[in-house]
Amino acid sequence: MTEIHDEGATVAERVERRWAAVAVLIIVFLAGMAAFAGIHQATMPQTTVETIDPTTIHLQGEFVESNLGSAVGADGSVTVRAVGQQYSFSPPCLLVPSRTPITIRATSADVVHGLLVQGTNINTMLVPGYVSVQKATFSEPGEHLMPCQEFCSVGHEGMWGKVKVVDKQQFLSELADKRRISCAP
Amino acid sequence: MLHNRRLILAHFWLAFAVFAAALLLGAWQMYVRSPLSPWISNPEWYYRSLTAHGTVMGYVFPTLVAMAFGYAISETSLKQNLVGLRWAWAGFWLIAVGAVVAMIPVALGLASVLYTFYPPLIGSPFYYIGVVMVVLGSWIWVALMSINLRIWKKENPGTPVPLPMFANVAGSYLWAWTAVGAALELLLQIIPVALGFKSTIDAGLARVFFSWTLHAIVYFWLMPTYIAYYTIVPRAIGGRIYSDTMARISFILFLVVAMPIGIHHAFADPQVGAGFKFLHSVFTALVALPTLLTVFTICASVEIAARARGGRGAFGWMGALPWRNPMMLAVTFSFVMLGFGGAGGLINMSYQLDTTIHNTQWITGHFHLIFGGAIVIMYFAIAYDLWPHLTGRPIASLGLVRLQLWLWFVGMIVTTFPWHYVGILGMPRRMSFFDYTDPALANEAVSVVLSAIGGVILAASGILFIFILISTQFSQPRQIEDYRFALAVHPPTRVPVALNSYGLWIALMIGLTVTNYGYPILQLAARDDTSVPAVYVGER
Ligand SMILES: [Cu+2]
Repeated sequence: MTEIHDEGATVAERVERRWAAVAVLIIVFLAGMAAFAGIHQATMPQTTVETIDPTTIHLQGEFVESNLGSAVGADGSVTVRAVGQQYSFSPPCLLVPSRTPITIRATSADVVHGLLVQGTNINTMLVPGYVSVQKATFSEPGEHLMPCQEFCSVGHEGMWGKVKVVDKQQFLSELADKRRISCAP
Repeated sequence: MLHNRRLILAHFWLAFAVFAAALLLGAWQMYVRSPLSPWISNPEWYYRSLTAHGTVMGYVFPTLVAMAFGYAISETSLKQNLVGLRWAWAGFWLIAVGAVVAMIPVALGLASVLYTFYPPLIGSPFYYIGVVMVVLGSWIWVALMSINLRIWKKENPGTPVPLPMFANVAGSYLWAWTAVGAALELLLQIIPVALGFKSTIDAGLARVFFSWTLHAIVYFWLMPTYIAYYTIVPRAIGGRIYSDTMARISFILFLVVAMPIGIHHAFADPQVGAGFKFLHSVFTALVALPTLLTVFTICASVEIAARARGGRGAFGWMGALPWRNPMMLAVTFSFVMLGFGGAGGLINMSYQLDTTIHNTQWITGHFHLIFGGAIVIMYFAIAYDLWPHLTGRPIASLGLVRLQLWLWFVGMIVTTFPWHYVGILGMPRRMSFFDYTDPALANEAVSVVLSAIGGVILAASGILFIFILISTQFSQPRQIEDYRFALAVHPPTRVPVALNSYGLWIALMIGLTVTNYGYPILQLAARDDTSVPAVYVGER
């Protein structure tokens, strides 16, 4: 009787060990995929932590009102700057070119907000005191809603921005005589 | 029969009473944010309700269930009267009073900061002080569990610690360390600002502290459920635990790797660099291991029960399972929800996939499926299993119990599946209402209505649950046999020291937390340019 029992115990242990090995392999595979995607820059978190004083952003530095919106740099790259505050984004509508790598730089003037562009994987937290940086490319012209995805007190539900994607030629011609553009009315 | 029935029942009743109240608030929220309700005039009410719902469901309810179950486990598995009864009552009253202290400002609209606090939003200090009291009360329980085990070990040298108590104490240590993150955030950062001693706060640092608590707390919520999987389910359906060793390994793995992974909640935050985000992503993958092991061991334990009842064949044994047994029903529902929720969790843990669904309604769907679904349905099962022993009366109607479990399962699926769907579409969470007349949102209205219907089903199930417990409390007393836990197929006679004590694992838990959190915290704490003005909530 005990012999059968012992035999059963050995089998049970073997099966169990195999399952544990399979489970470990699954996890190694998952972590490996994350590393692979990261190395290939599919999407990676920003590497450096940048800070900024939210009490003075409207007075000086890169987030003063006249500097918000989309701009083209000397190297042809497009940068979009935005600020979240209770309960709106500035500018409320971002104008961006399609099929062009862009960099979004954004921060908060008061509490924690979130910037999410529906239908894309642009999704970042705006934490006061820090600058959020995200790289993105829009494939097609069109419009996207850009809600605040983090609770920022009563009024949170009213915080909806917009992103308008136009083709690159139109974007450049609209920008021609201005330093910054947005689609804010 | 249990000795400290009053103590255990007090914890359970307080837990289920606050649970029922918070459940009704949740169902109300689902209704008012759906197109079924006319535009609510004052969104403030929604956020008050949401703060209360989250605070009760996140902190008060699961803590009290873990404590009640823990006291019952300590007494029945060690067969030793509880030492420190007065302290246990002190802990209970700290929690009861703390909950009231926290909820008054919430009800008055002075602390609509949700249960995740969100500094630099700052609410009434009483809200935070109440939460701290709840945590302090639970730490008394942690100490009592540890002391009771130590006394038992002294009297039973060389004997393996019974599995339920081993897991219970592991869960209590996990909680003690997990709660430290939020405690530091509250005591060092938020409460001084709430009391007016300071007017600025580092919101980024606060978010890192909070992430320390916010993920591991889920594993604390999970502990009673996993203890029930291993030590109640096999006995209740006539089976045995497939492997006592694997159970111990799973609980130890939770203790060690559940902690240092919280930064995955901050994947989209600007105050943590890419390196630590990747590290936490890998550790989050690792914490799937104890769950994968558990799924195997529990399925095998259930198979043993089926074969003992004459089940045969590779899959034919499933038909031989006691499907009308409420415990069988509960564990099946729990596993189905754990499966869907776990798959969603694997998506959340990957930085790349997370960017699509971060902070959308998907996340709400995910954790309601795991906590409200897989975990809470086993809390029900635990209560049903213990109630006869706590009251000396058998459960009045098993038919009602089955109905209640079915309602909960269906309600949870109907609530959370649409949330996952709209989450993928990018619907943000924590919004009191949506403008369904906007063409871009109009197609999401159906999903929100479905979730609201799910909320009503869940509320009905919750009310039925309370009804069953009350009616049992008032039914005819009967002789109830002694409470016992499931036995292993091969009950352990000797267990290696590593699987019978916690020293090594606690050291690893703390060590890993320090490596995974030390640098991000010190780096932020050392900077003097990241504090921002507090934004006070409500009229002051
Ligand atoms: Cu906002």
